Amino acid sequence: MPRIRLRLTFPTELIQEPIVYRLVKDFDLVINIRRADVKADHGWIALELEGDEGALERGVRWLKDRGVQVDPIERDVIVP
Amino acid sequence: MEKLNGLRCRECGRRYPANPIHVCEFCFGPLEVDYRYDALKTVVTRASIAAGPPSMWRYRDLLPVEGDIAVGHHVGFTPLIRAQNLAEELGCREVWIKNDSVCHPSWSFKDRVVAVAVTKAREFGFDTVACASTGNLANSVAAHAAEGRLKSYIFIPADLEQGKVLATLVYNPTLVAVHGTYDEVNRLCSEIADKYRWAFVNVNFRPYYSEGSKSYGFEIVEQLGWRTPEHIIVPCAGGSLITKIWKAIKEFKALGLIDGPVTTRMHAAQAAGCGPIVTMIKNDTDVLVPVRPNTIAKSLAIGNPADGYYAYKTVKESGGFGAHVADEEIVEGMLVLARTEGIFTETAGGVTVAATRKLIETGVIQRTESIVICITGNGLKTPDALHGRLEAHVNIKPSLSAFDRALADLKSHAV
Repeated sequence: MPRIRLRLTFPTELIQEPIVYRLVKDFDLVINIRRADVKADHGWIALELEGDEGALERGVRWLKDRGVQVDPIERDVIVP
Repeated sequence: MEKLNGLRCRECGRRYPANPIHVCEFCFGPLEVDYRYDALKTVVTRASIAAGPPSMWRYRDLLPVEGDIAVGHHVGFTPLIRAQNLAEELGCREVWIKNDSVCHPSWSFKDRVVAVAVTKAREFGFDTVACASTGNLANSVAAHAAEGRLKSYIFIPADLEQGKVLATLVYNPTLVAVHGTYDEVNRLCSEIADKYRWAFVNVNFRPYYSEGSKSYGFEIVEQLGWRTPEHIIVPCAGGSLITKIWKAIKEFKALGLIDGPVTTRMHAAQAAGCGPIVTMIKNDTDVLVPVRPNTIAKSLAIGNPADGYYAYKTVKESGGFGAHVADEEIVEGMLVLARTEGIFTETAGGVTVAATRKLIETGVIQRTESIVICITGNGLKTPDALHGRLEAHVNIKPSLSAFDRALADLKSHAV
């Protein structure tokens, strides 16, 4: 089963939303949170997602549509 | 001498052997090279360094390479110049320019990190190097790969301007233009780095690659006569450079190579249109809020910098501060440096010059204190930043009398 490592960054307006729950439930993904820092007005989660390729892509697209910033675990892979 | 302990997670401290890996498998934190300082203390001296070549490799004991230097033999040891004209312009006593706009072979400080990464790639037996870049890093990887007879893959967003592509293509890498948004290209490159057994310099080789930046800091200290300045103003993109200059100073101090206490304050310089690290510093928070870059300082345009948190910590630990500068101020910074010192830097240099002015004017830096301004890239690569800003002063017909009149006119205006 394909796996990806991502860093999700949540803006203030999404902090109260059950984003991770929806990701698991609606896209049938297995998630494993490795590190996170969630405060009242901002938060990020470093996690591993496992699922079939289509589900991973749909899940990532859904996250972006909701306004979550989705980066690879390295973040700045493209360097000027 | 066995000088490396291996790699160590910057977050949880877990140790790993010195392999081409970059992320802690447990907490996904970044890995960093861990040295045996006790052993190094017995061999690294001012004399041993001074006996080395006039390049960054004079500090090879403190860099993570263990075999022969594979590429970039002439990288680094760039001029540190006393910038008296600029000091007068800024109204201060002691200003130095660390000038990596003339770093060999590709005219930016990226040659330092790439020379280490490519040398390390050879050491590990890789035959292919890669990176994703829109500018200086691409130039440098392609150049060093050519020198080392390694295959290279350079990934770029497909909409990158032709001018920037040529300075990479000339070295004959395989250039892959990816059609998609910045985020899509960024993620794809992460997946490619994960899948193929290549030395992706700033991904799986990042722990080694980033260590190359320390040489910039070592040189500042050595060239100042084994002392540290009171202020260093560093441009921040991914945030690594400022942390590595600080690491270099701390290593020299720990090895007993610096006289007296270190009082250096590290200052972060960013464009107002892409300044998430300086925003952290100003708001005094360790939370980095990503931004969408919107600035002419393209070589600093990283909206979600991986080392942003560590850059913030460096600034806090050293008692430094930060400055955001507007695009107009960046151009003015470039013009001031060229006009006063004859150095044509890219926009990132305009950022540090303008930030220095701001830090002085706001009283963060006292006018009597010693200042080193980091200049990390060459202006000839990005002349478009000055497009429309400069023009000929005199337009004449091809006759001596026409020139005589124009000269008289110029002189009368000067009076």
